[in-house]
Amino acid sequence: MHQLEVGVTFHLLKLNKMQHNRRDFIKYAATAGGGLLLGFNILTPKRFSSAVITADAEGALSFNAYLSINVDGTATIFSPNPESGQGIKTSFPMTVAEELDMDWKLVKVAQAPLDSKRFERQVAGGSGSTPHSWKRLREAGATARQMLMEAAAKRWQVPLSSLTTEKGKVLHKATNRQLTYGALATEAAQLTPPKNVTLKDRKDFKIIGTFVSGVDNQAITTGKAIYGLDFKREGMLIAMLQRPPAFGLKLKSFDGAAAKAMPGIVDVVSFSNKVAVVGKTTWEVKKAREAVKIEWEKDETLENTSDHNRIFKELMNSDKAEVRRKNGDTEGVFKTAAQVVEAEFQCPFLPHNAMEPMNFFADVQGDKAELIGPTQNPGSNRDQVAKLLNIPKENVSVEMTRMGGGFGRRLNSDFALEAAELSSLIKKPVKVMWTREDDMAGGIYRPACRYRFRMALDKNNAIIGYEQRGVGINAGDATRGGNNFPSGAIPNVLIDSVNHKSPITTGPWRAPITNFLAYAEQAFLDEVAEKMGKDPVQMRLDLLDNAKKNPTGDIKYDIDRFRKVIETVAEKANWGKKSKDIYQGFSVYFSHNSYVAQIADVVLEKKQPVLKKVYCAIDCGILVNKSGALNQAVGSIVDGLGHAMYGNMTFKDGVAEQNNFNTYRMIRINEVPEVEVHFVDNGIDPTGLGEPVLPPLGGAVANAFYKATGKRIRQQPFINEENTLLEKFL
Amino acid sequence: MALYTLKINGKNYKTDVAEDTPLLWVLRDHIGLTGTKYGCGIASCGACTVHIDGQAMRSCVMPVSTIAASKITTIEGLSEKGDHPLQKAWDEKDVSQCGYCQTGQIMTAAALLKTNPKPSDTDIDNALAGNICRCGTYHRIKEAVKLAAKK
Repeated sequence: MHQLEVGVTFHLLKLNKMQHNRRDFIKYAATAGGGLLLGFNILTPKRFSSAVITADAEGALSFNAYLSINVDGTATIFSPNPESGQGIKTSFPMTVAEELDMDWKLVKVAQAPLDSKRFERQVAGGSGSTPHSWKRLREAGATARQMLMEAAAKRWQVPLSSLTTEKGKVLHKATNRQLTYGALATEAAQLTPPKNVTLKDRKDFKIIGTFVSGVDNQAITTGKAIYGLDFKREGMLIAMLQRPPAFGLKLKSFDGAAAKAMPGIVDVVSFSNKVAVVGKTTWEVKKAREAVKIEWEKDETLENTSDHNRIFKELMNSDKAEVRRKNGDTEGVFKTAAQVVEAEFQCPFLPHNAMEPMNFFADVQGDKAELIGPTQNPGSNRDQVAKLLNIPKENVSVEMTRMGGGFGRRLNSDFALEAAELSSLIKKPVKVMWTREDDMAGGIYRPACRYRFRMALDKNNAIIGYEQRGVGINAGDATRGGNNFPSGAIPNVLIDSVNHKSPITTGPWRAPITNFLAYAEQAFLDEVAEKMGKDPVQMRLDLLDNAKKNPTGDIKYDIDRFRKVIETVAEKANWGKKSKDIYQGFSVYFSHNSYVAQIADVVLEKKQPVLKKVYCAIDCGILVNKSGALNQAVGSIVDGLGHAMYGNMTFKDGVAEQNNFNTYRMIRINEVPEVEVHFVDNGIDPTGLGEPVLPPLGGAVANAFYKATGKRIRQQPFINEENTLLEKFL
Repeated sequence: MALYTLKINGKNYKTDVAEDTPLLWVLRDHIGLTGTKYGCGIASCGACTVHIDGQAMRSCVMPVSTIAASKITTIEGLSEKGDHPLQKAWDEKDVSQCGYCQTGQIMTAAALLKTNPKPSDTDIDNALAGNICRCGTYHRIKEAVKLAAKK
């Protein structure tokens, strides 16, 4: 249990309240009772470097992470990455502590303030937190360990090579002497960090790869963890904004007099097509916002979901598609093909629905801006706020609170910009809060997309050509580069995309694009396998064989890692060997640098299909925290299942038709199937786990559903008026 | 505006608020107890769950004027040292990801265990079906409730 951690977080917030810049933080951390403060860089393209940080803080600003060896024998790791629930606040320090040879119980963790000058990657997104920092976290731990050993060697006048470390102590076994890191920290701070360090052999890992409970668990379960909505500052005002109620409308006029006269209301102001009601407490502000009279006017097209369905059909036949991949001559082979398999798949917009609605605090005073809140992308927040207010980036500070989910929504800066603009307008510290309705109906969404797949087979049922067209509403490239499997395994390939520009705002949503593309592709390959008369698992393995023996064009995936997850899940789920009343569906996908294969088991109960179990095999490289990894994996399966089954956001005249959990269905605890996860251990450095388990899930489930019912599902949400067979599926 | 005396976690709090103010916002904005979370405002997600005289209730739709002398327990008052069997089980099973919904999950589960100390899987499902977790930690929530029930 890491109770001290909460103290550190609060302490930082307190420190920030008094003097909120990073230099002050560093000075404070360097002087807080002696010891060793090592600065190092992670998440940057630069080579690892480190230095001892002293109270004058010179040079300290070029680092973005810090490791403090405290005189009491504890270590504090200041990690700069935003915690969105992916568990890095636990796994990062585990990685440092491993190389440091520290007792995990003596490690404290705190969020480092944003480097306002030179930080580069401080983002929680793209499943990149662990892959981008893994090696440098280890180097930092190893550097501090070596300095502590050097300090002991000096004190005892013994050769460095005669020393070992264990659980936060340096040992001289020959003379049976030992010193804690705390006792050596201040002396170590006098030394220069070594340029090169040796990292542990994997077989010596004691912390990495174990089950470790989250460092914030105690704070979370007692209600003490501070999320953005919980953050409070003396004199802080609360604001809610009335944004255009439809995509495509703009503000014409407003009358805030009645609202302003209501109790607790300080001001009603307008900026950037929005009306802000500012007051003292949430409820007063919420009620007053309803009393503002606003007229909106049409600015752009007010789109309907039915328009999108029509647009999709038009774009499917557009001759203006952007080619994303072209190998050989698909036009030719499709003309001569003995058989062509074709299917189309469509998905709706999806809101992110992080449980904590968007919010951000800003205090803009003169040419300085202080921002505090839940964000996946503090650097972008800072840059955009600096640009908006026309002040230097160095004058903008961004502090991160804990975040009640991100899923890509908090990669955007809209909420931070609103807070900054409003604070600069009213010249007061203010927190902008979104209600659930604001959050769900106010964008930004996973784009709606439609795909058409075509596969050409020759007279021997061999695959000779593959075409994929992705069309989307503000989706950009709906094919995500077109470089994924089965590209590389087929001689003639054409992958292209067409985009429709819409006033409806879209953006990254957990596993961007692949969150639906994977399902569509994997459901289609299942149809192809059936037409070929092949087992779906064997069909994938044969394609991979092809990719190895006769590769076509650029291949982004590793064929052996791909194969291994397929074989693992097939073995664990007893693929092809189960009793006839268990219907299995298979899916495999490579995305965000990791490999995931899944098999779903469906049974019929009173002729109704029921999803019983999901098997999953994952290759994401070395696991840092097994507990966190398993939690991510199972959570992604639940998340993928819920959104495949129910997720649906529709529009009428530009207005989101679902705006809260009574009209937008989320998966519940009584609907989750049994889940069995296996990790493939191959000793490769971590490649990311926040996203890749979600994409293939829909495919495995839809393919199993087909086996049980003979009906193909070709759209999300799975549940709709036409598919009544799914009522008791979960 | 009206003056209310609320019994929260064994203490009396005086607060002067409009009578339609939901208990959630009284707790969060006026009393300073922020462990009870806002998720939907329409009793559809369970993040705001507190106990009113021992029963799990959604504080986001409960006007302060309806509470009268009822005893309110929030997550901050569930146990003195954060060591309620459920809180310990939540750590042991490492349930949380983002953690935002978990105080509501725990409060709902705590009310269940009070009336049903040995709940079946279906009992747990029924009791917690009103609490959404967007991170999808439902499996571990179930395990943690069962673990706490054993102790």
